Amino acid sequence: MFYMISAEARIWEVAMGMTMTEKILARAAGLETVTPGDFVTVNVETAVVIDQNFMHNRMREPKKVFDPDKVVIMLDHIAPADSPMRASMHKAARQFADKHGIRKFHDVNSDLGICHQLVADFGYAVPGTLLACVDSHTCSAGAFNCAARGIGHPEMSYVCATGQTWFPVCETIQYDLQGELVPLLNAKDIILKIANAFGEHAMHNVEFVGLGISKMSMNSRRTLATMCAEISAEFAVFEADEVCEAHVRERNPSVEFEAQFADDDADFAEKRIIDLTEIEPLVAYPDTVVENARPVMQADQEHIDQAFIGSCANGTLDDFEIAARVVKGKKVAQGTRFIVTPGSQAIYLEAIRRGYVETLMEAGAIVTNSTCGACCGYSNGILAPGEKCVTASTRNFKGRMGSPEAEIFLASPATVAATAIRGKLTDPRELL
Amino acid sequence: MSITGKSWKFGDHINTDLILPGPVMLLPFDEQPKFAFQANRPGWAEKVSDGDVIVGGHNFGTGSGRPAARSLRELGVTCIVAESINGLFFRNCANYGVFALECPGISDFIEEGDEIEVEFGQFTVRNKRTGEVLQGKRFPNVIRDVMEAGGIYPMMEKQGLLEDPNPLTA
Ligand code: SF4
Repeated sequence: MFYMISAEARIWEVAMGMTMTEKILARAAGLETVTPGDFVTVNVETAVVIDQNFMHNRMREPKKVFDPDKVVIMLDHIAPADSPMRASMHKAARQFADKHGIRKFHDVNSDLGICHQLVADFGYAVPGTLLACVDSHTCSAGAFNCAARGIGHPEMSYVCATGQTWFPVCETIQYDLQGELVPLLNAKDIILKIANAFGEHAMHNVEFVGLGISKMSMNSRRTLATMCAEISAEFAVFEADEVCEAHVRERNPSVEFEAQFADDDADFAEKRIIDLTEIEPLVAYPDTVVENARPVMQADQEHIDQAFIGSCANGTLDDFEIAARVVKGKKVAQGTRFIVTPGSQAIYLEAIRRGYVETLMEAGAIVTNSTCGACCGYSNGILAPGEKCVTASTRNFKGRMGSPEAEIFLASPATVAATAIRGKLTDPRELL
Repeated sequence: MSITGKSWKFGDHINTDLILPGPVMLLPFDEQPKFAFQANRPGWAEKVSDGDVIVGGHNFGTGSGRPAARSLRELGVTCIVAESINGLFFRNCANYGVFALECPGISDFIEEGDEIEVEFGQFTVRNKRTGEVLQGKRFPNVIRDVMEAGGIYPMMEKQGLLEDPNPLTA
């Protein structure tokens, strides 16, 4: 009899196993458990508001903000302003902060940066919690075991008003990362490999675990988490380790958190193993990221007009370091523009101190202020019809960086830097 | 609740940069919708009319969280049915009052121009030309209610949550 009861109890427990994402959603919803197929109303721990919310009535202003201490505001997509309209957008953001007593405000000063970069660097991404922002690459904060999601402008209005939003609980695909990337390779190459092998992941969460994670810097993990927007993942969550927790504690000492780990008996839609040692430099051909990459070694040898490194995915110090290493003592090819945009002003300053900016500029690069800039075709490197660009940013969509008649190839920072030197798509291993 | 309309077919991985290109976002809000699909289907925005529906492939609406669904609504699109829909785009559809339904098999089920009836009680799609019915993926009534209300702003207005008019915008 006792045996039977305990057996039943075990079966009950088996059904209760949750993935990391499910656990974070359950906590945010105040529920014991959630299961794929549920829709849950959740409390948002951190609401990230950006300059884009303040134009064209995109985000309507709530009468009252639910909790000013849980709201962070960042001017990023086009900062400093490039036009009276964008200047008014920034002004509206400042007025919003003043009116509602929001103190975490990243204005056009030394705290400036791309929102997802700042969320990482200021410890706003808190392990085990839920973060929301209008922007699609919000999943970036998943590198910190934070369930983070882009939710669009109207929903941000609702979040600012109520502190709540909803999510479908989706099935989860687990990626077990093994081994280590070979030198010059980047998390960008990992995502292109995943996007090639497995296509889009719409209505699925992805989770990253495995020994391979411990070999990746937080920057590198964040590049991978950020790029999960490109496979249409719902949430992208990394398992936390000491490096991750120390990063958050150091930057946000007052915050208390509890990282969430998948139960041993969690139910996954699929578990996939990725051997990082086998990954080679890849380049996604124009217009889509998914199922569209080939080895850089086999890429067409056409002239490249612009090479860009930047964005929330590849504007980190790691990216500056590798770009500087690739171009050191060399010159950018005739007829190629090489543009590098840091993820934040703090990264910019540190890249200057470490000599990366000097190396890049000596090679012929234009190093710009931190902003989204060329990534979304707003500023600092817009493409003309017929031009070809290789970019270490997030997207290669038609028309994204300027003219719809331009072609955009997407690759890692090392590949972009090598391409800037040769003026045609180049495997960085050929240069070093 | 059902929606009937003439269908426009699109392929896989239709992204929001195609619907609302970055440079277009500099223009006044009212002028932005007419640039939808200018890069991949020039002239479409002039042909689409009130009450039409879009039938998409896999991963429809992937990309940026920009108000692309709002552009389609302004052009008269009332409903989007696709093999699969990006989660953020689906949410934006609901919040801008555009009905959206994931419906595996829809690409082969519909030819461009077919009149279809999308039913949001059973979550089915009926091809009026062939008379056949295809089952879509269900979602909770609360989300359907948001779509039916014309999006989240009308709901928030009713609840007295919003400043009206919006004081802080460029
Ligand atoms: S850098 Fe590019 S992808 Fe990242 S938030 Fe800015 S525009 Fe979006």
